[in-house]
Amino acid sequence: MIQGISIYHFLIVSTLMFFIGIAGFIIRQNLITILLSVELILNSVVINFLVFNRYLYPDQLQGHFFALFIIGVAAAEASVAIALIINIYRRIHNIESDNVNEMKY
Amino acid sequence: MTMNVFMFYLLSFIILTFSVLTITSRKMLRATIYLLFVLVATSGLYFLLNYQFLAAVQLTLYAGGIVVLIIFSILLTSHISQRFKKPEPWKLWMGIIAFIVGSVLVSWTLLSHNFIKNPGMKSTPVDMHLIGNQLLGLGKNGYVLSFEVISILLLAAMITAIVIAKKEKNQKSDTL
Repeated sequence: MIQGISIYHFLIVSTLMFFIGIAGFIIRQNLITILLSVELILNSVVINFLVFNRYLYPDQLQGHFFALFIIGVAAAEASVAIALIINIYRRIHNIESDNVNEMKY
Repeated sequence: MTMNVFMFYLLSFIILTFSVLTITSRKMLRATIYLLFVLVATSGLYFLLNYQFLAAVQLTLYAGGIVVLIIFSILLTSHISQRFKKPEPWKLWMGIIAFIVGSVLVSWTLLSHNFIKNPGMKSTPVDMHLIGNQLLGLGKNGYVLSFEVISILLLAAMITAIVIAKKEKNQKSDTL
């Protein structure tokens, strides 16, 4: 519990951040910038977990550990995604999402 | 206005401003640096919530690891000075509509719900002994299974990344 700030303030901030990430996912065309939007979405979800942990169930650490595991999964996801992007760049020499509409090249 | 509240509004302002800049900037390296600011401000929010360990993890793993990895791959795959084309109008409008509809719907649902804290709960201080004991604990409040699963996941992701990004020998002529 933090003096002077209610739970709604945190939740509104993370909601806006989540939907900014969604909008970026739709608007962007480059694969790496789409990856940046995914990172924004994951971060807003982590904020939500921590805020619920701190405000509603402060006697346990469940949200804290969930956040820790989300960060680990995000690292794994980013590394595999970047390997895929580099492989796509080798094959078709750019990384626009419009040019990656076939599974088999 | 106390310092807590001021810091919260400052950090939220930084987070929202640089999130918008991340998805609108037309230079890729700048978008990544704006994402770095968002991640650092988010770790500031974790400090505000008294989760110091998680804030340190966020700083080292996200700001130190993932952002560097992304910058590395940007330098491999595109020119720094290259500017993006403007997005097609229908995509732009779809994104804006998704943002407005989604955030209004979710905010309305959140604000109309009354979150009730169980009054019997005492807040425990989060120290490193507690985190370590629970992360490797087998009994109640133990997370050793997820810890092991995520270690296998990271190993699998590492091997996958190496195998995918490896150059094949017979197509050496037309690479890069």
